[in-house]
Amino acid sequence: MNLEGRRFTLILIVSIIGIIYMLRLLSLQVTTDKWQNKASALAEKEVIIYPSRGLIYDRKGRVLVTNQTVYDLMVLPRQVDPFDTSAFCQLVNLSIEELRTLLKKAVTYPNVRYKPSPIIKQITPPEYAAISEQLYKYPGFFGQPRTLRVYPQQIGALMLGDVGEVTKETIEDNPYYRRGDYIGLGGIEKAYEVELRGKRGVKYVFRDNLGIERNVAGGKLDSSAVEGTQLIATIDAELQRYGEKLMQNKRGCIVAIEPSTGEILALVSAPTYDPNLLVGRARGHNFNVLSRDVQKPLFNRATQAQYRPGSIFKLAQSLTALQVGAITPQTRIQCNRAIIGCHGSHSYDDLEMAIVHSCNPYFRGVMQRVVEGDRDKTNRFRDARLGLDIWQNYMKGFGFGTNLGTDIPNVKTGLVPGVAFYDKWYGEYQWAFSTIYSLSIGEGEMQVTPLQMCNLACIIANRGWYVSPHTVRQIGLGGRPRDEYLIRHQLPIDTSYFTNVVNAMEKVVGPGGTGGRAKLKNITVCGKTGTVQNEPREDHAVFICFAPKENPKIALSVYVENAGFGGTWSAPIASLMIEKFLNDSIADPAKEKRILDANFLHQ
Amino acid sequence: MKNNKLKNTGVERVDWITVIVYLFFVVFGWMNIYSAAYDHAHPNIFDFSQEYGKQFIWIIVSFLIAILTLYVEGDFFNKFSIYIYGFFTLLLVLVLIVGKEVNGAKAWFGVGDFGIQPSEFSKIGVGLLLAKYIASSGAKFKTWKTRLVAAAIIGFPAGLILLQPDVGSVLTFVAFILVMYREGLSGNVLILGLGAIVFGVLSIVSGAGSINFPFVGEQSGVWLLILIVLLLGIIWWLYVRNFIVPRNRKPLYWIIATFVLASSLFSFSVSYIVDNVLEQHHKERIYVMLSLPVEREGADYNSEMAKITVGSGGFLGRGYLEGPMTQNNYVPEQWTDFIFSAVAEEWGFWGGTLIIGLFVFLIIRLINMAERQRSQFSRVYGYCVACIFFMHLLINVGMVIGLAPIIGIPLPFFSYGGSSLMGFTLLLFIMLRLDAERLSIFR
Repeated sequence: MNLEGRRFTLILIVSIIGIIYMLRLLSLQVTTDKWQNKASALAEKEVIIYPSRGLIYDRKGRVLVTNQTVYDLMVLPRQVDPFDTSAFCQLVNLSIEELRTLLKKAVTYPNVRYKPSPIIKQITPPEYAAISEQLYKYPGFFGQPRTLRVYPQQIGALMLGDVGEVTKETIEDNPYYRRGDYIGLGGIEKAYEVELRGKRGVKYVFRDNLGIERNVAGGKLDSSAVEGTQLIATIDAELQRYGEKLMQNKRGCIVAIEPSTGEILALVSAPTYDPNLLVGRARGHNFNVLSRDVQKPLFNRATQAQYRPGSIFKLAQSLTALQVGAITPQTRIQCNRAIIGCHGSHSYDDLEMAIVHSCNPYFRGVMQRVVEGDRDKTNRFRDARLGLDIWQNYMKGFGFGTNLGTDIPNVKTGLVPGVAFYDKWYGEYQWAFSTIYSLSIGEGEMQVTPLQMCNLACIIANRGWYVSPHTVRQIGLGGRPRDEYLIRHQLPIDTSYFTNVVNAMEKVVGPGGTGGRAKLKNITVCGKTGTVQNEPREDHAVFICFAPKENPKIALSVYVENAGFGGTWSAPIASLMIEKFLNDSIADPAKEKRILDANFLHQ
Repeated sequence: MKNNKLKNTGVERVDWITVIVYLFFVVFGWMNIYSAAYDHAHPNIFDFSQEYGKQFIWIIVSFLIAILTLYVEGDFFNKFSIYIYGFFTLLLVLVLIVGKEVNGAKAWFGVGDFGIQPSEFSKIGVGLLLAKYIASSGAKFKTWKTRLVAAAIIGFPAGLILLQPDVGSVLTFVAFILVMYREGLSGNVLILGLGAIVFGVLSIVSGAGSINFPFVGEQSGVWLLILIVLLLGIIWWLYVRNFIVPRNRKPLYWIIATFVLASSLFSFSVSYIVDNVLEQHHKERIYVMLSLPVEREGADYNSEMAKITVGSGGFLGRGYLEGPMTQNNYVPEQWTDFIFSAVAEEWGFWGGTLIIGLFVFLIIRLINMAERQRSQFSRVYGYCVACIFFMHLLINVGMVIGLAPIIGIPLPFFSYGGSSLMGFTLLLFIMLRLDAERLSIFR
């Protein structure tokens, strides 16, 4: 037998084993990334460093929103050793069944054994102090600090907005966010989310078999967190607080704007609630309670409620008519109560007095002259279309039917009905001025928001222009507002026409005027009352104004739902707000007390 | 005179390519030990309190051993083989008496911080004595006598090691069966071995489950295997009866009967041994390798971690000192038996392939070196060296990449440890010395 040949058998065996082993290496290392992913999941970790969210101050530097550290109790199932469950349950205040469910959840998809999952969220520092002392007995459990919002002034809930965990949809739309991140959900928190959230930092660490972490590559790949930008809000905390106090036991809202800058000084929606209710572990429960409340405290009446404009609308009508040349300040119109109802004793007013008396037939006539401009003499339907188009453009110029370019999220635009609207409503060439005349006195299909009405007050106060109302005056301490809030929106209405309207508004608050209750010593208030019909319930009381007459510092719109006549309830509230803002004291405590005692919640 | 000169200059004829591979393995292995055992508090590779520092000492000592070995006349190993064998076997006896117990095995002589593991050296003695016996008797293992003598030479130290107990080291003694095959042992031994592996695996896999048989109820799955073997036997028997000429049938009947009986008995015994004789952790290791379900959580930890570590490397590797699994100690005692996982993670597929390829190259080179020897003693010894390296490669790397059960034996020249490094150095350099002076030996 040739035994030398056997060497090749042996060489063959060795070679085959070598090749099998190389192929196995290929299958483990190259053809799949399964093992690589497992290795990364085990040994490599991205630690997110959460920046603290930017603080928000009021215009005088008072802190409106700040942060508080809370702790999430996390579990890393891979590291959990058998432990005394009953002692643990007692420590963290859970039942054994709850704990069992939570631990099971921590290892069920999408959670995995080697990634931490939260057991209890948002434990307050004093509670956590008690837990953390004992935590060393339970390997695999640890606390992870998070920051929550705190509202030390307890005011301006809807204006400031709130913060909550991102939803799955948000994560899909915006790759910046990850599960468990917080995001601003309303108000300034939402509008300035990008500025407030700052920039997350990332630290890459190795995690060894004992769960001990250390830096990778000397931290070269790491990025540090950038703190959220601080904001100076436009509101005056004291004015806001006072407004909320005045509106207690009422439904409605107050909007106060500084006319020269468009800065919102107060944005009260009543009834309101303490913003701290929507923070922390009680958030879910409180949110449910608030959202079920029949008074709808989560509904921002100042920006989302759409009312018919009422008599106040006559101001915008006057200015439009003057500009298009339909009337002059001296134009007199018979108070013909056969066509449309009126009130008070007057019969043949000029413009100023018609505003003071809020003469309905007068303004019906005004609008008729605007809309029926004889632009098409052959067809009154086409004539009305041409006229209404012009009218609608002016109304849009006042900001009606638009969002005013404000930074407040989710504002309603209201409605300025135009040709398209009525064509749809009545049919093409099926309507004329006689069909739509109730628009002239602010009833009918028109809808406005209190924010738009306050903006109207600003336009008149400025004699023809406005700055989009906004809630943040400085991004970063000493910074500027957004660029768009440095721009004046000029209306195509001659400044001189405003004189008559302003004079009329002064008389409204003067002796015998409908807004007499808004009168203040030493401060000339110009205002206009309105009463929004609200059949079958009590009317809404409305008042807009600005003060002082020359060089105005504050413009307001005040809505009190189901309170009746505007001059009775809304005018005094507006005047108290002006006094508070300009004088920081109230000269007539009886006036204040009357308002504070009033209750219209159940009207 | 001429003869003397040749012998004295034998060192010059040493196979430098093998020496270069050896040096590469030792230095590269040391680098990987440094990476696997890296301790941030002791970054110095020469820190003698750490494994890598100690390994440096072992490397220096091994180099001295290598050089000294090259200057010993080859005849010495031939003449003194029985004493070398006796000395190392005596150490195996002594270690059972005065040895230090580490991880449940009495395999170490403790000298302070350092330990010597005589089982790593006993293979040298066995190799030398086996070579001497075959060379002097011309044994072709055709007779039972020669087989028994060889079995005794191999079995005595193997038995002593089994008493420690260190099953892994004993398994490497299978290398000598491959050597005997080269020297004349029937090739059936390889077929038998392969058959045993196939039937062994089948028995364990089938025995791990149970099947509900008709009439007898729930029984171990191994009975199904035996039934299938029986069925195969019947089919074979029918085939022989119908298609084979009568005068050839008789020996085939015998073969069929032997096959059926032997494989059934073997399957049953393997299943029985796994279930009733083996210790729980051995059974678990076998189950883990075969991907069978293991009850105790964590039983597959080492195997799983080794596979993840290897897979983590990818094609190019994570980079030296940058393997996340290696640097974070996920593989227990990675610098010893699992060192190949560190190589595979940090140097990737190309690194792992290079090392396997170099081992295959070294083993084939040793086989060819053995074949070019004029003396049968040198040839047999050369095969012993090649086959021992092969068995270590087969079991150690197979274990790391999940193709063999977890058996704790070192990867030659790579794994941390003085005994194994010195033992393998001595083993290899005796062969290099014998090869260097092959031309001066007359048959």
